Amino acid sequence: MTHPLVVTLDKKSAPRTIFAGDKLVEVSMPAGTRVIYPRPPLEPLKDVDAAIRYAIQHPENSDPLHAKLRPGMKVVIAIDDVSVPLPSMRRPDVRERVLTIVLQMLADYGVEDVEMIIATSVHRRMTAAEVRHIVGDKIFEAYWPKRLYNHDAEDPKGMKEVGTTEQGEVVELNRKAVESDLVIYVAVNFVPMSGGHKSVTVGLCGYKSLLAHHNPKTMRDCWSYMDPESGKSALATSVNRMGKITNANLNVFTIETTVNNRMFDRSLEWLGKNEDDLSSTERAAQKALTYTLSRVPQAARQAIFQRVPAPYGVTGVFAGETEAAHVKTMARAYEQLLVPIRGQADILVTGIPFISPYNVNSFLNPLLVQVMAQGYLFNLYRGAPMVKKGGTLIFTHPCTDQFDEEHHAPYIEFVHKLLPETRDAMELHKRYERKFASNPAYIQMYRTGNAYHPAHPFFMWYWGEAGRQHLGRVIAVGADNEYIPKLLGYETARTMGEALDMARETAPPSPEITMLHTAPMFMADVTV
Amino acid sequence: MPASYFDVDGTLVATNLLHPTLFYLANQKTPLHSLSRIASALVRGPSLLAAEVWDRRLFNEALFSLYAGMTEDRLLVLADEAFDNVLRRSLFVESKALVARCREQGDVVLVSGALDFLMTRLAAHLGATGVIANKLEIKDGVATGRIVRPVVAGPEKARLIREHAAAHGHDLKDCFAYSDSYSDVPMLSVVGHPAVVNPDLRLGRLAKSYGWPVLALTPS
Repeated sequence: MTHPLVVTLDKKSAPRTIFAGDKLVEVSMPAGTRVIYPRPPLEPLKDVDAAIRYAIQHPENSDPLHAKLRPGMKVVIAIDDVSVPLPSMRRPDVRERVLTIVLQMLADYGVEDVEMIIATSVHRRMTAAEVRHIVGDKIFEAYWPKRLYNHDAEDPKGMKEVGTTEQGEVVELNRKAVESDLVIYVAVNFVPMSGGHKSVTVGLCGYKSLLAHHNPKTMRDCWSYMDPESGKSALATSVNRMGKITNANLNVFTIETTVNNRMFDRSLEWLGKNEDDLSSTERAAQKALTYTLSRVPQAARQAIFQRVPAPYGVTGVFAGETEAAHVKTMARAYEQLLVPIRGQADILVTGIPFISPYNVNSFLNPLLVQVMAQGYLFNLYRGAPMVKKGGTLIFTHPCTDQFDEEHHAPYIEFVHKLLPETRDAMELHKRYERKFASNPAYIQMYRTGNAYHPAHPFFMWYWGEAGRQHLGRVIAVGADNEYIPKLLGYETARTMGEALDMARETAPPSPEITMLHTAPMFMADVTV
Repeated sequence: MPASYFDVDGTLVATNLLHPTLFYLANQKTPLHSLSRIASALVRGPSLLAAEVWDRRLFNEALFSLYAGMTEDRLLVLADEAFDNVLRRSLFVESKALVARCREQGDVVLVSGALDFLMTRLAAHLGATGVIANKLEIKDGVATGRIVRPVVAGPEKARLIREHAAAHGHDLKDCFAYSDSYSDVPMLSVVGHPAVVNPDLRLGRLAKSYGWPVLALTPS
């Protein structure tokens, strides 16, 4: 028996409405197509502040936070950056709520030497407005910018090596954190691959440490980026090894939080529903929004989706020792995300929405379309990939050749200068990465502007590596140009029908077609 | 090994060629001498302005004619003070770190229409390894007001960079160049990795079209 969130279409089924960037498109899918819908949002905690207090007083495998405090000690609070959750959370962000309680406790125990670092790793620096949004006005006014600031992985004096694993992975972290008496990490766990050892060991590290696992070989050796507990993710295995070195040298207290998947306000909740079950009001809203988005300019579409914070509900707060707290976090995250699926598809169909963790407040550029297609969405599984080895992925997105010139400055050169040379991730890694990643202009833009580090576009390409190795074909539906899809290694089709016909040519007779109906987010728990 | 070629005025420092010139004009033997030179410069103001709009090379030649009659000794004696009071104070906050980062890649060469004795001091301060700058012609220990050819400006900068790269074994496609001004497009175009710093409107538009990195450096 199939799960209620897995709907098999018949001839009378309504067309499905899916994302194509910041537009919505209606696509008619053949009878027999399985459509996977996200779980409804979990009921949020009734008293989030009480849950935070309880978690830090009753932590997992650790003394309570207050027992770790003494007057005169140096404390660093590291905070997840703007890449989670997506879109950003309606105020007060859960990080503000955690920080408010933690800072009060620190003050009560005479701890005055407190610095807060946004754990950006090689992501772009958050703007003052973005930081204000996640920490709240009161904390921002009191601490920004001297005692609340972005991590700088390229500050020559700001990084310090703490050790090396037996495999030769160098653990180099933010010096302030290394030299503090206590590091408190405040995380929002939006997807299963975040949190745990990744928080400190990646969030506060630099390029030297990232080289250990953000490389094509490690990515190829991952069964699923989103299934770190299985032991089959080489990425998670490497990060965990390095995390043990981190925790042996730093006194880390983790506070992880989970949120439900209420990405859209109630007026847009129909986006996650079966189209055959929509009320007449919801259907009218769907038509109206689809029409509006097809008519307004891109900037307005971006504003509609990205400027309106999401009404996420907090579903869990878990604190204590990194690994023990993270086990609880993962269980809660899976409760929201997992949808059981039986069997793999020959053809996997998905819309690609307007947002990824790497384009908050900017445009989803071609490299990030690739990340979403072969990285994020392909990897949203536990157990087995949603599509068979050699199968076809069809996605809807315009693949527009557009970049945010500031946030994604190094991406432009990567896409237009390096990808035409080669798409081979190993070759890009060996021939180009080190040199490109040390370009002083891009480093400067990362350090004092709001640009991603020049190593980041390479990491983004490697993100797609597991999907690239697994999938036989990728077909982009509705691309507004031929150049970008070709550069990314994709075929193009004008319509979904045309794409399905193309995919059938290389699929077995009567192929199994599965469609992911996202966003909101979910993850397939696949049994073969 | 690649080299990084930096325009200076507006790129590493917030000043332009006028500022050190005014410093020299204002620091003559006697206040009367200073007054007379400043008055003469003011008279030539409109023609300088026209030259700046018309051709950067003409502007350089017109501006440096104001040095005519100054002794070499005086120029050099005042150079440290001019550097401290004008250039060092006007460095962008991030200039030194940017040059240091470029030094990790290889040579750093300042390519400027400013005068060589000021640029050598700036290069030493920043840790740059070379200077391509304008030289005043000196006869019998006195500046003639002419610039020794070639005049470092506009497209000539590109030629001088090519020459420098060839002489020092730098492959231009691996080299970097930085400027704030549209007049330096030739210099930016000869290297494999151009970048613009606080660009003027036209250069900003060009950088956007070509996807060149745009750096925003902060005045001190």
